[in-house]
Amino acid sequence: MDVMTQLQRQWREHTAYLRKEGYLDDQFEQLQKLQDENSPDFVAEVVSIFFDDSEKLLNNMARALEQKVVDFKQVDAHVHQFKGSSASIGAMRVKNLCIEFRNHCEAQSLEECVRCLRKLQYEYSVLKNQLEYLFRLEQQIRAAGV
Amino acid sequence: MATVGEVFRRSLPETIDQVRDDSSSSSELHVLAVDDSLVDRKVIERLLKISSCKVTAVESGTRALQYLGLDGERASVGFNESSVLREIPVVVMSSENILTRIDRCLEEGAEDFLLKPVKLDDVKRLRDFIMKGDGKDGGETRIHKRKRQDDYASLSSPSPFPACDPSSPLMPSSSPSARSSKRAKLRNKD
Repeated sequence: MDVMTQLQRQWREHTAYLRKEGYLDDQFEQLQKLQDENSPDFVAEVVSIFFDDSEKLLNNMARALEQKVVDFKQVDAHVHQFKGSSASIGAMRVKNLCIEFRNHCEAQSLEECVRCLRKLQYEYSVLKNQLEYLFRLEQQIRAAGV
Repeated sequence: MATVGEVFRRSLPETIDQVRDDSSSSSELHVLAVDDSLVDRKVIERLLKISSCKVTAVESGTRALQYLGLDGERASVGFNESSVLREIPVVVMSSENILTRIDRCLEEGAEDFLLKPVKLDDVKRLRDFIMKGDGKDGGETRIHKRKRQDDYASLSSPSPFPACDPSSPLMPSSSPSARSSKRAKLRNKD
């Protein structure tokens, strides 16, 4: 099997794995449909924006939860944004955690919120690694095709 | 609710004055997309471009009004007062499937409501529907005409957006059945 075929198989298997394990849902596939010769890096570009956005939001959540008097509405606003953007790229696990997080915000339970934030930070970093691996494969595929 | 939505416009003007002068009708839809999320702006922009629309993406309602030349005190008429702008179809997008909110959007004259995350099929369907509205039937398929300030003034209600009786003669020609069929379509998205 040549390098190209091998790489492509790895890419397919990894994508299937991410779907099966629920890291990604149908929406990710929707994004892939929007990528073509005119916009060959579309998915990577959107995901890159998502990474920047997410890190900002996670920091905002952490800071908001560290305040002496926690403004749960503020925390919720950040989580709501994160839920929106993760849904837009198909990051299902992250999105579902955001839904859970919002419930804790509504209940104004600091302990649960902090715990949820930690889970969210963890899931996000796992997702980031998985997607970065996927994009590296894509770059290798492109390089092998030249 | 964050101000997110899309404003469809048929011609390609850069300023509001050009809208009035522009008598030629381009077959390409020009959409003004409004969303406070950069991720969503990027996605909706691509969805629209792939569906052969020209796109201008802005981050807020304020910016949208600025783009249309209607910002604050400089504006001589509002979005619903201008006879030209009033014709622009408005589509609302939201990540939350709250029926009362959706109903209100439709009642206020929104053309349609899209649940996020928006899919390619949603955009294609919408574009086809909007394009059809400019055909021989003279836009009669367009059932939602946005209310003007006068319409509000003639209804004796203290709130700025009164819940209006659909059978009232002052009401837009949106029939309850048309609204409920739209609602039914949206419900299935759960």
